[in-house]
Amino acid sequence: MDSYRIIQLKQSVFADNDADADLLRREMKEKGAFLINLMSSPGSGKTTTLTKLIAALKDELSIGVMEADIDSDVDADTISATGVKVIQLHTGGMCHLDADMTRQGIRQLGIEGLDLVILENVGNLVCPAEFDTGAALNMMILSVPEGHDKPLKYPLVFQVCNAMIINKTDVLPYFDFDMEKVSKFARMRNPNIEIFPISAKTGDGIDALAAWLKQQVKKWKEQE
Amino acid sequence: MHELGVVFRVSDSVVKVAEQNNVQRVHSVTLEIGQVSTVIPEYLEDIWKWNCKRVPMLNDCELIIEQIHAITRCEDCGKTYDTVPQGITCPYCGSEHTFLVTGNEFNIKEIAVE
Repeated sequence: MDSYRIIQLKQSVFADNDADADLLRREMKEKGAFLINLMSSPGSGKTTTLTKLIAALKDELSIGVMEADIDSDVDADTISATGVKVIQLHTGGMCHLDADMTRQGIRQLGIEGLDLVILENVGNLVCPAEFDTGAALNMMILSVPEGHDKPLKYPLVFQVCNAMIINKTDVLPYFDFDMEKVSKFARMRNPNIEIFPISAKTGDGIDALAAWLKQQVKKWKEQE
Repeated sequence: MHELGVVFRVSDSVVKVAEQNNVQRVHSVTLEIGQVSTVIPEYLEDIWKWNCKRVPMLNDCELIIEQIHAITRCEDCGKTYDTVPQGITCPYCGSEHTFLVTGNEFNIKEIAVE
């Protein structure tokens, strides 16, 4: 037998990232910029929802957006039309952002004078949920065509999110999507999750969501 | 794709610990992976092999994976059961108020060094 020395680590692979995320949360608090991590599957309407939210919030809050995708800048283009500060992050094949990548994005974006920074994470319900980005608030979008069973299939993302936005309610008549079931399934994994049914297309429900977000930013700013 | 980021993290952590211990080469890395963690061991092994070629200290470093059994506990009846065949519904009382006790781990347990 070869004589190898064993070094015990017993270290969670996510521990490094968790520590880094906590540090980033403190840094953001010092700078007074509230960071939201927005997650969902591709095509759920993250970018459209964001454009509507920005319109509802930008008179009161100074906003910056970081668009994360594997490639392209189509989302950043759409967001820049709203007039807010935006950058596109490329993950180079990676399926999620971690705290360090988020910090690099924030540095590039430049958050001087911003009240609210929104990170649009890579479209994916699995991996982004595993990595704490350092955000003050985690939010996810589930759209009606995806089905009400998603909290059962992808429990972690519902567990880590403060709010679930149910988008595309305008197409509810055409799908067997059960609002009561989706709320029940999500609350089974996370009893405190806030639920906002919206239609980013018609603008329905955006006001309630925007009002709640304003309140979250205000509460956070007042915290020690 | 998830496994790519995880391998980078494991690799960076192992190199850091090895350097702190004045180690020249790491012979093997042992991971503990929960049965229902979202990491797929086969993908991990492939990416690990690729990663070890680009990190001199990890050349030919073996990856040893120990699986941790997934167990769920029911909050209503207090019993525990195997997560994989049963899922979130308690087989004893039918409750869905259950939580995962073990099975979501992803730990670097130890490394063997020369």
